[in-house]
Amino acid sequence: MSMPAYYTTKDKIWHYAFRVICYSIFFFLLAPILIMIPLSFNAQPFFTFTREMLTLNPEGFSLRWYEDFLSSASWRRSIQNSFIIGIAATLVSTTLGTLAALGLSRSEMPYKGLIMGLLISPMIVPLIISAAGMFFFFSSINIAGTYLGVILAHAALGVPFVVITVTATLVGFDHSLTRAAANLGASPTRTFFKITMPLILPGVISGALFAFITSFDEIVVVLFVAGVEQRTIPREMWSGIREDISPTILAVATILVLISIALLTVVELLRRRGERLRGLTPQ
Amino acid sequence: MAMADATEQDVAVGETTDKRGRLVTSDGTPLRRALERSMRRRKLTAFALVAPLLAFILIFFAFPIAQMMWRSVDNPQVVNALPQTLEALQGWDGRELPGEAVYAALHADMMADQERPRREQKIGPLGIRLNYELSAARSAISRTSRNVAGFEAPYKDAFMEAHRLWGQPELWRIIQREGRPLTMSYYIAALDREYDEFGNIVKRPENRQIYVNLFGRTLALSVAITAMTFLLGFPIAYYLSILPMRYANLLMIAVLLPFWTSLLVRTSAWIVLLQQQGVINSLLVNIGVISDDGRLSLIYNQTGTIIAMTHILLPFMVLPLYSVMRTIPPSYMRAAKSLGATPTTAFRRVYFPQTLPGIGAGGVLVFIISIGYYITPALVGGQSGRMISNEIARHIQQSLNWGLAAALGSMLLVGVLILYWLYNRLVGTDSLKFG
Repeated sequence: MSMPAYYTTKDKIWHYAFRVICYSIFFFLLAPILIMIPLSFNAQPFFTFTREMLTLNPEGFSLRWYEDFLSSASWRRSIQNSFIIGIAATLVSTTLGTLAALGLSRSEMPYKGLIMGLLISPMIVPLIISAAGMFFFFSSINIAGTYLGVILAHAALGVPFVVITVTATLVGFDHSLTRAAANLGASPTRTFFKITMPLILPGVISGALFAFITSFDEIVVVLFVAGVEQRTIPREMWSGIREDISPTILAVATILVLISIALLTVVELLRRRGERLRGLTPQ
Repeated sequence: MAMADATEQDVAVGETTDKRGRLVTSDGTPLRRALERSMRRRKLTAFALVAPLLAFILIFFAFPIAQMMWRSVDNPQVVNALPQTLEALQGWDGRELPGEAVYAALHADMMADQERPRREQKIGPLGIRLNYELSAARSAISRTSRNVAGFEAPYKDAFMEAHRLWGQPELWRIIQREGRPLTMSYYIAALDREYDEFGNIVKRPENRQIYVNLFGRTLALSVAITAMTFLLGFPIAYYLSILPMRYANLLMIAVLLPFWTSLLVRTSAWIVLLQQQGVINSLLVNIGVISDDGRLSLIYNQTGTIIAMTHILLPFMVLPLYSVMRTIPPSYMRAAKSLGATPTTAFRRVYFPQTLPGIGAGGVLVFIISIGYYITPALVGGQSGRMISNEIARHIQQSLNWGLAAALGSMLLVGVLILYWLYNRLVGTDSLKFG
């Protein structure tokens, strides 16, 4: 924003001071995340920049923490676990959540508020309470410490994100389109797959992404419900931080930051596409 | 509108009236009933779509939490283990030691327990349960039950010889008090209270008051974190809202990237930055602000918790604030200024009040999340930065006092649900969006 010509000196100082404050806050938000990237190439097992690194001496940098990460059996297993659990949980919560969102967005749905509140509750209830409840219940039905247990738990935690995102997409949905399809002789199933599904797909995908990232990043429930076999990436990081903190954590963190940048881009693109499809101007 | 369309679809057209003058459809059913039936069918379809997820959430989420909350009042151990003793204790005044009949009944109960298969024995759980009320009760129970087969009448002396606690009315008072299927004792403990010898509920001695202080600290830390996110979030949300969309979207990345980055990554970033040998301390030493042995302890205390959690929760404040500020027309501020308001007055009287919905939404959201936070305080909080969630986890995993954990958890849950209800009144769930 350019400065208006009538600004007094005081206005000008305030104008610049305000921007300095704002950019410091943006710095506060980004710096901690970005600073880990160069530190993860540290040749020394320290968490600070060594003299070699500051003088850009190539000897100060190495890939040893990435090697450490990729060659360790427990880290490799945790990557595998994170994807297995994340994808399975996302499938469960997206399928059930999309169906439910279709039902909830119908005007004749009874007890809408109550049911919506219940379906959103996994997002509201503090994780420690969900985790404790699931720990007791899953132990009693013998699925604590199994993949099934962790997947079901994570599916429940992902549900609110799918329901909210898909319901929001359906708000702008033009119901005359499905009526037109029915009028032209399409069965309800055909109408769903040919008309409804393609239109709400961006919402469904971003809901699924949220569900996946919820599971991928989840640690409290994993701490309580998962056994040694089901350790995920956050679970390994947790022990890494608590027991022997080494720059391997930073290498993992850097990779995760890159993954989140990729996901952020996908969600933003989907949002714009969805708005374009529904005839809203993209913002 | 949707309703009108529905009737055209589902009810055959060409209705006329029947003998009593009611509208009927072509097959002769009264129109009202046909409409009701079609409406019911549509309700059922809608419900059928929701039903699978509803069942899933009820079974794997709502039920486990309800079951956990039930643990906070559930009290089967004494009733199951000592039925005869409890009967004999009826009418005991709780002052002097009970008579021989009670000890004989206790002996009978303990003998009966040894008849049971190992997995169904009740005396072990009884010892654990009584130990929550009186330390050493567990050893009294287990030592006695090991030797009880050799006891001879008079049993009173035999028991008193086996363990000193049997000679004290306190243990008997606890057995009598907890000999009911439901108990308040976990909640009483969670509120730092206890029973005195007359059965009144009194405050615990100062040095054993833990939980009320911990709830207080959790609230204080959450308020501090909410205030910090507001102080940092308000300026950048405002700045983003006055920028042209193109630049705002670009800068928004700075808010969204942390939002999307793994929680463990952000927490470890703060460990890296704040620890004694970390980036900030090294920087300060190198530029000579502090000496090498005067490194600041910024982590493993409350400072660490507040800094890391402010960073983690800041996006939850900025996003609702930003979406509210975007909708405030800039012409209002210009109008206020042209009517003679100073910039401060215009901001205070015109702009700020319009941002209140956003402040409320962001504030309650951040507060709800931080009050139940577990991971970050556990990793960077040390002793002084611990919150109530950490204490709940400790009772579940280490001290194994599940009833107390359930009582603390239920209190936390009720608090959060009240706040959430408030949040809903303030903004409505519909406005929850991500990204």
